[in-house]
Amino acid sequence: MGLANTHIQSGASTEQTDGNIITTTIDKVVNWGRKNSLWPMPFGTACCAIEMMATLASKFDLSRFGSEAIRFSPRQSDLLIVSGRISIKMMPVLKRIYDQMPDPKWVISMGACASCGGVFDTYTLIQGVDQFLPVDVYIPGCPPRPEDLIDAVMQVQRQIQKGELPKGSEVAYNE
Amino acid sequence: MSEEKEVTEETQPIVLEKLREKFADALLADAETSNGVAVVVNKDNSYALLEYLKTELAYAFLVDVTAVDNSNLESELMQYDYARFMVVYHLYTFEGETPRIRVKVPVHEKDLKVTSVTTLWKGANWLERETHDMFGIDFEGHPDLRRILMPDDFEGHPLRKDYPLRGRGERERFNFEKQNV
Repeated sequence: MGLANTHIQSGASTEQTDGNIITTTIDKVVNWGRKNSLWPMPFGTACCAIEMMATLASKFDLSRFGSEAIRFSPRQSDLLIVSGRISIKMMPVLKRIYDQMPDPKWVISMGACASCGGVFDTYTLIQGVDQFLPVDVYIPGCPPRPEDLIDAVMQVQRQIQKGELPKGSEVAYNE
Repeated sequence: MSEEKEVTEETQPIVLEKLREKFADALLADAETSNGVAVVVNKDNSYALLEYLKTELAYAFLVDVTAVDNSNLESELMQYDYARFMVVYHLYTFEGETPRIRVKVPVHEKDLKVTSVTTLWKGANWLERETHDMFGIDFEGHPDLRRILMPDDFEGHPLRKDYPLRGRGERERFNFEKQNV
């Protein structure tokens, strides 16, 4: 269903034979698969992580968008959700986790603290993780509601379906 | 216990009387608080007083060790011979009339050494490391006096009043490539 829609939207040359065969490009199929099976790596250090848990739980249910397989190993995940304050002592840990994730990988900076330091304009706090990580989608709010996180995941999905490269991508995996 | 209550009919807690008797020269001030007793003791006798509280008066539980930087509080400074820091111990006992006692030790900036109480309470280990990290108090006899909250190569003590809130450029100078993870 999603696959068929994609083709109509993207205007790629698609033919259907007896309703059983679809011709498309391999990239589109790969992107479609990728966007619907994002495996998030949660990096929750503060109250945003509570909202993230709510997003994953049954009431908001992120699995509707194919992202229910939370991985606590960076090597098995492709979406890093930074939710919470990052101190200068925590930043090397976060950077190492990001480095361990296999390409292609996307980063969501969730909430005011991760995006800009929030109210914590102090000696110890990183004023925005985008100084050190390539962030694809920012979520404002303190903390953001689960709907905001779902919206951010959907934005990542739209970027993937369009074939856009993640900010941190050094090689054009799509070419 | 009921017999003891009759003895303490006058309002003074029995703990305070005992301390006044035993550490008459060392006590700089003492007072009753809403839920216990607070005493200020000089640095040389702080360990002896805390040991006495633990072994003789059954204050088995060390709730907290921290410090206060009084450099902006002229009234406090004058009271204790311009000692900049006040190391604070909170103790708790599970028996007796006064469950909580607060012991304060004035510490001058030029001599930041205080005897460690890790030999009395093992739980003092991390609490003293935190006080060392945040205020620069040196606890003599501590088995492993390293920073506990800030990165190992951090300079300065951030909870001192003269430390700027936004730091001295740590955020800008920060280089994660060099950090050991």
